[in-house]
Amino acid sequence: MFDYYLGLALRSLRRNKVLTALMIVTLGLGIGASITTLTVLRLLSGDPLPQKSARLFYAQVDPYTKDGYEAGKTKPQRLIAYTDAMNLLHAHQADRQVALALTDARIAPLRSGEHPFFSDGVMTTADFFTMFDAPFQYGGGWSAADDESRAQVVVISDFLNDKLFGGASSVGRIIRVNDHDLRIIGVLKKWAPQPRFYAQELGGRSYGDGDAVFLPLQTARAANMDPTNDDCWAVADITKLETAPCIWLGFWVELSSDAEVAAYTQFLSNYAQQQIALGRFYRPEVALSDLMQWLRNEKVVPDDVRLQAGLAFGFLLICVVNTVGLLLAKCLRRSQEIGVRRALGAMRREIFAQFMVEAGMVGLAGGLLGLVFAEFGLWCIRHQPAEYAGLAHLDVHMFLLTFLVALVSSLVAGLLPAWRASQLAPGSQLKAA
Amino acid sequence: MDILPILSTLRRHKITAWLLILEIALTCAIVCNAVFLISQRLERMNLPSGIAEHELVQVQLANIGNRSDAEARAKTDLAALRQIPGVTQVALVFQMPFTDGGSSNSGIKLDPQQQEDTVDVTQYMGENLLSTLGTRLVAGRDFRPDEFVDLDAAVTALHSGNLKGLPQVLVITQMLAERLWPGQSALGKQIYLGQGLPFRVVGVVAHLARPNRLSKGVEYSTVWPISMNVAQGASFLIRCAPQERERVLKSALAALKQLDPNRVVLQKRTYDEARHAFFANDRAMTGILVGVCLALLIVTALGIVGLASFWVAQRRRTIGVRRALGATRANILQYFQTENFLLATIGIVIGMALAFGINLFLMQHYELPRLPAIYFPVGAIALWVIGQLAVLGPALRAAAVPPVVATRSV
Repeated sequence: MFDYYLGLALRSLRRNKVLTALMIVTLGLGIGASITTLTVLRLLSGDPLPQKSARLFYAQVDPYTKDGYEAGKTKPQRLIAYTDAMNLLHAHQADRQVALALTDARIAPLRSGEHPFFSDGVMTTADFFTMFDAPFQYGGGWSAADDESRAQVVVISDFLNDKLFGGASSVGRIIRVNDHDLRIIGVLKKWAPQPRFYAQELGGRSYGDGDAVFLPLQTARAANMDPTNDDCWAVADITKLETAPCIWLGFWVELSSDAEVAAYTQFLSNYAQQQIALGRFYRPEVALSDLMQWLRNEKVVPDDVRLQAGLAFGFLLICVVNTVGLLLAKCLRRSQEIGVRRALGAMRREIFAQFMVEAGMVGLAGGLLGLVFAEFGLWCIRHQPAEYAGLAHLDVHMFLLTFLVALVSSLVAGLLPAWRASQLAPGSQLKAA
Repeated sequence: MDILPILSTLRRHKITAWLLILEIALTCAIVCNAVFLISQRLERMNLPSGIAEHELVQVQLANIGNRSDAEARAKTDLAALRQIPGVTQVALVFQMPFTDGGSSNSGIKLDPQQQEDTVDVTQYMGENLLSTLGTRLVAGRDFRPDEFVDLDAAVTALHSGNLKGLPQVLVITQMLAERLWPGQSALGKQIYLGQGLPFRVVGVVAHLARPNRLSKGVEYSTVWPISMNVAQGASFLIRCAPQERERVLKSALAALKQLDPNRVVLQKRTYDEARHAFFANDRAMTGILVGVCLALLIVTALGIVGLASFWVAQRRRTIGVRRALGATRANILQYFQTENFLLATIGIVIGMALAFGINLFLMQHYELPRLPAIYFPVGAIALWVIGQLAVLGPALRAAAVPPVVATRSV
């Protein structure tokens, strides 16, 4: 029976080529636009570390003064000061903890005649690699003892290793960063979580390539490497950021259970109270957000991308309404044919099924075309000036979703016409003929 | 034209008619808001910077070597750049209007006792800044050479609370003057920074936009007599005739490399390129919005054509009868045009309400202003025109139906 419906549908679609093409193209356009924007939205609002994000938390305490403070309303600052970072780090109240800032690392050429160049650097502490699941190709990270002793070591990315050493193991080699000789102790595999959750608020981009060098915080500071972003609440000598009234570090902890989360929040509150008692703090607010919550707080997905997705779905809705109208008009024109079929014994549900098959075929064709439009749309996105541009590709999920959206929207569009067709009384139509 | 017969026909095609109305309403709602978004973006992209945009090139170097000799290097560098033929002005500045990256901002107060800052302003610094940028002074004067303080010295003075080591005066924009002292002359007035440090306004410039953070007030800018060098993050800003920019940029790079071949060039561009890059996202978004609007209008128009064609085909016999009973071609044409006008009108009314709702939603979530009232009549006219154009073809075909059709199939 299904084969028969397919044949009927094909014949009917072929009878009105222009109209059929019109329906398929509009549906394809709507689906293409929706899938393009949905792919980008999904890409941008994705989980950078799906296996671990629920256990990673961003901690905030607020060293700012009473200027502009409203109790209960003011949210804690988004970065913390060096003193607080060190206090929290040394308190060891979480399974793992990391303080970090971004920096511009000036890397000297290995061969004479080449020019020094700048790369993105991360100044951080020992747990960074284990906590964020950064995989090593060669060697490994440094220890907490290396942090304290300002060991002259560095971990480099795969792409810097390729650039400087042609991809061979460079562990043990020396590179000169900001005029200081550092020994390479590890080379990462390709590692670029998207969004770059750890770079939020630190002055880096939210999406795109990973960082090139990772070095112990105190080693980097001793080499006069400055954080990309800092904010001071009083007149400050920013050459001595460790003691200046400035915030410039992000602080992450790993906690494995709800009990630990509650305990750590309590610990942060107690810490703020203790600092208030010491006269260092004025504001008691603290915050502990899990990774995804932190990304939401940061509004990491650009407003424009949401707007585009909303726009595309509005467009799809109009395309579907358009298709409903055209299918309906078409099926009403075929009243006579339906009348004949009904008179010859076709049941209402068979008529219904026949028209749904026709709608489904339009949907599938629209989906195929939509896929072409989506690929084109994503190609356009890749040529946009946005920092996430290079990441916009259609994956298997979105590929399947395209057809699901196409089928669902065309079947929804077909429901009303098919129902109307099945309700036609055979007699009156035959009489008219 | 009699409307009643049209209404009674439409009542028999309720579902199709409502679908058409729905489509027009949705299109109207989305297109109104999209066009509004486009106009917002265009307005943003056309904001005046207040500077001689087409006459400026920027070169930014990374500081290599130690900080202490940076001031001496700055003097040599500036002297070398001034030697280049065609260069009229050179300055070492920290920021330019409409550029991403670092910017210096601060809250200012009108009263030293004030708890909250009055406004957040951006701070422009650098010797020769006003004359290099080409900003027009509308009142007061530019800084005198003896008023300048080195940035590091100013920071040290701030730290030790030594008021003498700080600059005493500043220049502000007209927009900021009007915000702080509406209707009065700003010259000689005091503003306060931080814990009540006083500064006196000696000049007012016509326009000078901020680098970024535009939402805090595009032209809330201040200029300070503070000199900067490359180590403090300043870049060279060179002014020359528009047609000389490429050549001057090349010569400037050559001159700077000659002084020290090991320097890393972080940025080399004309100001036009910098501004272009700053608004790149807005430009892309505008393109997308225009594309969606066009696609929507085309889809809707084609939908109208499709439905109208079917109606015409379906009513061929009725049309024939009307023609046989004496209706002219013009009557038939008008019939379909009026029908479309009625449907479009209902769609537009619903669409406007929807447009208003979407605008309210966007206002809440995306800090967008209210949709100006002018969008409603303009949107309505646009959709009426599109509806009439779309229905014209099918209506003409209907008018061409000969009266003889009435007799044939009976």
